[in-house]
Amino acid sequence: MTTRYLLNRLLLALPTLFGVVTVVFILLRVVPGDPIAMMTGPGATPEDIQHLRAHYGLDRSLSAQFVIYLGQLAMGDLGTSISLRQDVGELILGRLPVTLELTVFAMLIAIGCGVCLAIVGSYWRSRWPEAIIDSVIGIIVAIPDFLWALAFILILGVVIPVMPIFGRLDLALEYQSYTEFYLIESALRGRFDVTGSVLWHMILPGVALALPLMAVGARVLKSSLNVEMTQDYAALAHTKGFSRLQVILKEALRNALIPAVTLTGVQLTFLIGGTVLIERIFGYPGLGNMAIDAVINRDLPLIQGIIITFAIIFILVNFLIDLINTILNPRLRDG
Amino acid sequence: MVNVRPDPSFVYRICHEPRAVFGLFVLCVLTVIALTAPWLAPHDPLEQDLLYSFLPPTWYPQGEGSYLLGTDNLGRDIISRTVYGTRIALVVAVVAASLACLLGTVLGLLAGYFGGKVDLVISRVVDIWMSFPAVLLSIVLVAVIGAGLHAVIIAIVIIDWTRFCRVVRAETMVQKELDYVASGVTIGLSRIQLLLNEILPNLVPLLIVLLSMEMGIAIVVETILSFVGLSVASDTPSWGNLIQEGRQYIHQVPWLLGLPVFCLIFSVVGLNALGDGLKQVIDPVSRR
Repeated sequence: MTTRYLLNRLLLALPTLFGVVTVVFILLRVVPGDPIAMMTGPGATPEDIQHLRAHYGLDRSLSAQFVIYLGQLAMGDLGTSISLRQDVGELILGRLPVTLELTVFAMLIAIGCGVCLAIVGSYWRSRWPEAIIDSVIGIIVAIPDFLWALAFILILGVVIPVMPIFGRLDLALEYQSYTEFYLIESALRGRFDVTGSVLWHMILPGVALALPLMAVGARVLKSSLNVEMTQDYAALAHTKGFSRLQVILKEALRNALIPAVTLTGVQLTFLIGGTVLIERIFGYPGLGNMAIDAVINRDLPLIQGIIITFAIIFILVNFLIDLINTILNPRLRDG
Repeated sequence: MVNVRPDPSFVYRICHEPRAVFGLFVLCVLTVIALTAPWLAPHDPLEQDLLYSFLPPTWYPQGEGSYLLGTDNLGRDIISRTVYGTRIALVVAVVAASLACLLGTVLGLLAGYFGGKVDLVISRVVDIWMSFPAVLLSIVLVAVIGAGLHAVIIAIVIIDWTRFCRVVRAETMVQKELDYVASGVTIGLSRIQLLLNEILPNLVPLLIVLLSMEMGIAIVVETILSFVGLSVASDTPSWGNLIQEGRQYIHQVPWLLGLPVFCLIFSVVGLNALGDGLKQVIDPVSRR
């Protein structure tokens, strides 16, 4: 029962989401430091502060605040940002496309390169290409994406200044976007100069984000490919006259993908979490960059909104991975 | 009883594992630099000299002899700041990793030994914990606790205890079934005695491996949090603050970013190698 199984999985995510909302709400209410005092500065009178507290609903009891908050959430209202004085939902929707484009781009790099590395390594098993791939993967895994990003900035931005290291678009380019999905939108509108510039700016942050997932994915996929290639069906295909590459691509890869997808699923959520830092390093105007500003400014509604957004993304990603697994592995479909 | 003492060839085996040797070398270098910082640093790391701001390394024409790798935007010596930054990195690495190890080991032992509901609760928490990206979680935690070194250490402990807990739990479940535990029960040892005196010593090699890896992680997390301005005060010399300044003035002073990034990569790769190497030495399976 595929659909029922998947529906169940989706329903199971609801308590998780509720848990995240509750924990975040409680955590952020025990924060030391008064957000209102930070926003008003020393010149404010007690009446002003009282007025603002009432405006943001901070004068009520915690449980009342929670109930009101849940009610607003259910209506899709995430509140008003204290530092930017704008609707949190709008702020997030304005930044989310930026992060989504970067994330998808990084994912594609990671999956594409990871699968290629695994196939090449498995094809030349126990020969020098596999040894080289193994050591490259070892080096990539040992260094976190944060450091790769900085290393790229130093090497490709300063020593050999070929790549842009700041922002999303060349400042010289004028572009009015309606959806914030610059890449897709500009390509559809025929502004290929913008598309090129956006892509060019994405490469370094995208690669830095992609490296850990690529390395872990390639390692897992290669070892499971190696296992699959020792199975009888692979030997049979081989004796039927298929070349080793054909056996890998047509027979072994599909089976080898199952453990690889399961094991790299968590890594994918780490990639999404990594955007927070990578966007900061590259001055990329996405959700993660805004999250750090929100934390520095103690902007509770905004922090809350961003965390819930990330939680929803993680839940969806996990669901997607389950879905892919179910498609790949028929045995799970009856689960 | 399983022999828990390292056998005589232990030191010999470590000396013949290149990764462990390299890792120990890195750890020693970091410790020596941190301990001798006041003598090693050519300048006071906080001393500002605006006449000498943005000095290039000494081999450039505008370079100044006493500032070997130049100065930052406020004319502070980059080498001295990096040297003092080692102290913060090492303190966080040792304190945060040990505390995370302590918390994770206690919970892991409980979950692994008692099983049942205790195990169910602890394992569930670990699963949920580990599905969150650490960077995001640490930033949120520091937002809650408030910026500062103590907050960074607490955040690392709260996030990374799971790494220890998971492994300790699994290993305790294995050890629990072995004969020596059964004989311990027969001679009337209490559960606490069994856990602390019999099972725990057998986990020590494993914990050392995890600890050395965790130290590398802790250094990176501290750097990340001071990079985004959520750790020590921005004028305190820490690697993350240096990297933040270096990123900001990348086009004026690229060398400001280079040194701390190099130190960070050096320590992380070294501590990772130490963990891998020790695992190779300790673990009989990977020793073949």
